[in-house]
Amino acid sequence: MNAVEVRDLAKTYRNGVEALRGISFEAGSGSVFGLLGPNGAGKTTAVRILCTLSSPTSGSARVAGHDVVRERRRVQENIGYVAQGSTVDPEATGRENLMLQGRLQRVSRDALDERADRLLASFGLTEAADRRVQGYSGGMKRKLDLAMGVVHGPRVLFLDEPTTGLDPEARRSVWRELTRLTREEELTVLLTTHYMEEADLLSGRVAILDAGRIVARGSPDGLKSDIRGDRVTVELEDEDRTEEAGTVLRGLDSVVDAATDPESGLLHAHVTHGARAVPDLVAALERSGLTVAEVALSRPTLEDVYLEATGQTFEEAAEAAGDGEDAGVRA
Amino acid sequence: MSRLLRFARDLGPLYLREVRYSLRIRAYLVMSIVQPILWLILFGQLFGAVGRLPEFEDATYLAFLTPGLAVMTASWSSAYAGMGVIRDLDRGIFDRLLATPVSRTALIGARGLHSATVVMLQALIILGTAFALGVRPPGGLEGVAAVLAAAALLGAAFGGASTGLALVVRKEETMLALTNFLVLPLLFLSSLLITRELMPEWMARMAAFNPVDWAVTFGRAGFRGQGWSAYGTELLLLALFAATCWILAGRSFARFRRRE
Repeated sequence: MNAVEVRDLAKTYRNGVEALRGISFEAGSGSVFGLLGPNGAGKTTAVRILCTLSSPTSGSARVAGHDVVRERRRVQENIGYVAQGSTVDPEATGRENLMLQGRLQRVSRDALDERADRLLASFGLTEAADRRVQGYSGGMKRKLDLAMGVVHGPRVLFLDEPTTGLDPEARRSVWRELTRLTREEELTVLLTTHYMEEADLLSGRVAILDAGRIVARGSPDGLKSDIRGDRVTVELEDEDRTEEAGTVLRGLDSVVDAATDPESGLLHAHVTHGARAVPDLVAALERSGLTVAEVALSRPTLEDVYLEATGQTFEEAAEAAGDGEDAGVRA
Repeated sequence: MSRLLRFARDLGPLYLREVRYSLRIRAYLVMSIVQPILWLILFGQLFGAVGRLPEFEDATYLAFLTPGLAVMTASWSSAYAGMGVIRDLDRGIFDRLLATPVSRTALIGARGLHSATVVMLQALIILGTAFALGVRPPGGLEGVAAVLAAAALLGAAFGGASTGLALVVRKEETMLALTNFLVLPLLFLSSLLITRELMPEWMARMAAFNPVDWAVTFGRAGFRGQGWSAYGTELLLLALFAATCWILAGRSFARFRRRE
């Protein structure tokens, strides 16, 4: 059975922002499903609808077998929701936060004590458990958020940008906890992220969201291998001639496309076969009197999948969307 | 699980959370205790001479002032109850709770209960201080009960109104400005500091429609031992007002939940 089923879900906010323009996907029970996209793509809107906090304009969705509009309470009983940004109560201790969440999620009192102890221990928070949360580090707060999200043993856990704003070390630690959780608990996880690496590492399946539409879906490996060829990044001795080098490369048979990045002064080329293309590429540039300072070859990433589907990078898309999604949520 | 059962289960933990918050914010705690005492002493001293006017039937101005100040303190502290709602909104706590099956009534009811508790404790502090300063309520224990009831009812009412308003404006600055703007006139358009006989006629007439004045009138009558029955109208009006505030708070909460 699918833990999450989304059919033609659309959401237009009152201020006219079309956050979702009809998305459909399923997440199978016990899987980790990643909703990947740049800021403003509609990820948070989707999660808020699935967690009953927002209503769709059209379309439908079922979570743990229940309709998110008609059976809100049943959905709420079966989900854990970890919002973007920590939502712990800073004036309460870690344990108090966890216990309150557990009580409100109807965990019986006896079971709750034991469950809280176990969760605090497994998230490495036992020592800090009886201290007020306002003194916690960002990573500790995030772990507490996660513990609170699963305190009642939900069937589906929603994680909205679980590691945004964390330093790299805290991020890795949250990733470890998530991997452990999905292994230990019988849990379906739906996470949103704008970090390619995160989606790649944690999810069995991903859907890439762009401007309220799903532009690609599948397993991370499958999506990447669908993109033929490799990426070559070239840095010239003379940055001012990058544009000229782009023109040279576009003339080569082995190069599918080449683009210059005026900010970094780098040249990005999409080639059919990396190992064979690189020598050709360098030779062609040298023939035109352009000295190559550095060449890097990389396998496609999910970002390339996105680029291929939408013709723009994540950063460009986020910039174009502005704070549209945030504005919509607050409206 | 029935609605009522869910309410009963969730009210306790949510109420304790509010209590915990009040106890842990040191400045809040100290202010809540010191302010009523300070007001009683300052106002009691400042207007002491007024009490000698023939319109005052109480032994001293302080005795006249005591029930009024309990109501005034109740108005202030509960009128800011909505700030807690905004705090929780900003921290994402509200949404986190709304994604659980928690009783929606308990979610805001706990705040009303907390408001009522705080103002009753503050009223007790005022009564205690007044007692220490030599005020003896002619109404005895019944008088104490009347003052507590007046403070609790008005506190619950303002707590509800403030919660409802917070869910509509959702901004701290707006909330502060509106509350200051609304509460102060209500306090002065009442017989809190002077008798109705001494008020300009237009003010006295407006006071008759002012919930703060209902609470003062009812609390003071009990304090003087004039008997609850003599001021049953005010008690009834106050109860109706509190109920209306909470119905409006409930509506504003329902509207808030449908905002997206």
